[in-house]
Amino acid sequence: MVMQNKQAVNIKGIRDGLLITLGEGEWPELESALYQMLEERAGFLNGARVALDVGNHILRAAEVGVLRDRFSEKGIALWAVLSNSPVTEKNAQALGLATRIHTPRPERTVRSLDTNLGGETAILVHRTIRSGFKISHNGHVVVIGDVNPGGEIYAGGSVVVWGRLKGMVHAGMDGNEKAVVCAMEMDPMQLRIAGYTLTLPPRRGKPEPEMVSIQDGRVVTETWKAKVR
Amino acid sequence: MSATVVTVTSGKGGVGKTTTTANLAVALARIGKKVICLDGDIGLRNLDVVLGLENRIVYDLVDVVEGRCRLRQAMIRDKRLPELYLIPAAQTRDKNAVSPSDMVRLTDDLRGEFDWILIDSPAGIERGFRNALAPADLAIVVTNPEVSAVRDADRIIGLIEAEEKGPARLIINRLNPVLVKRGDMLSAEDVVELLAIELIGIIPEDENVVISTNKGQPVALDGKSKAGEAFQNIARRLNGEAVPFLPLDDKEGLFQKLARMMRSGGN
Repeated sequence: MVMQNKQAVNIKGIRDGLLITLGEGEWPELESALYQMLEERAGFLNGARVALDVGNHILRAAEVGVLRDRFSEKGIALWAVLSNSPVTEKNAQALGLATRIHTPRPERTVRSLDTNLGGETAILVHRTIRSGFKISHNGHVVVIGDVNPGGEIYAGGSVVVWGRLKGMVHAGMDGNEKAVVCAMEMDPMQLRIAGYTLTLPPRRGKPEPEMVSIQDGRVVTETWKAKVR
Repeated sequence: MSATVVTVTSGKGGVGKTTTTANLAVALARIGKKVICLDGDIGLRNLDVVLGLENRIVYDLVDVVEGRCRLRQAMIRDKRLPELYLIPAAQTRDKNAVSPSDMVRLTDDLRGEFDWILIDSPAGIERGFRNALAPADLAIVVTNPEVSAVRDADRIIGLIEAEEKGPARLIINRLNPVLVKRGDMLSAEDVVELLAIELIGIIPEDENVVISTNKGQPVALDGKSKAGEAFQNIARRLNGEAVPFLPLDDKEGLFQKLARMMRSGGN
């Protein structure tokens, strides 16, 4: 029994430290397996930054608090609790813990060709978004015109700017890491996709159409080709 | 006669709205147009100072709106240019003393008698700006070749479009050709590219402006200085003449380019 549970505790390195994933099973058993692992690998874990993926388990705030204390006793900083349960996420957030990490799970990195775009909505904004104006939409946003510094676009999906992008764009604002941002001239003041934020260095040379996306947990800027991803 | 109402605005303060209003008014009056300026900056008036008419104020715009005097009594006639008038702002009140509909009514009463009604807008995007914009047939946005001023101009242009008073025209004030050449100042091209509205004038940085403003003698009165000449050109452009841009110190290429941008207009 104990052996099985040990396998249900997985550690792997991610960009932001370590990710500990708990598998299926009863919570008390998983918990004790986790603590046992903390004892066994104390030397390795000491000083680590850890994100904990608790899967489907629903944890009360007190339980999350206990976890954090146990980690910190071992010199481990628990900075994020990942969960499929909104309740657990809320409780973790209440304790000031992150509930998202910037690395997709391995199974998601294999990207299948998604041609199912039929049901997604987009709005077309045929004007320049000037300073102080804000476009907010749950689907995709397409702008024909420029997005000037001080202009803001928030989209649940992707953002395409047929013009100069110099303002702020947040694509995939509800956590959709598949969202991309395309612009004829990519020079945003700030660009966000899902939980990632980046400020691009000032452009040099001739501007070209570019696309920014999240690939394998990293923000990638590439020449915008008219290809279906 | 039916006047065109022009509101001069900028968003940011200190870019030269009042100086521009005063000089455009003088320049228009010098080419024989009948012009009246309204100071929309109630509570912080200074168009009267720039025009050198402060010692002649008896009644002001708020007195007219509140019915304490007749319209004619508040109109101050410039002695140097008999076709130029000013209705000053009240200094002891604030922007809320006047409503946008008051401004529309006031300008409608004046339209019949003038060719041009110029309104000097206060800085900001609040009530005073709304008052100044409400009666406008045309909005002129003044900006400096500085990032912060251009950002505010962009915001103001958006608000003007939202009020369906667009497309606005652009004046770039205090351009220093030496700094532009060194790459230390935004060029007129940079500004026009971002704001994407029609440029109707570039006023070069000119110390005569400061001197004349302090004296209450707008530079456009004699038109000998570079800035005075630039204002005179804008006045002629407002009258529909095609006037080429002044060569500052730059190569001609830039101005040919700008002229091309102007012809194609903004959006």
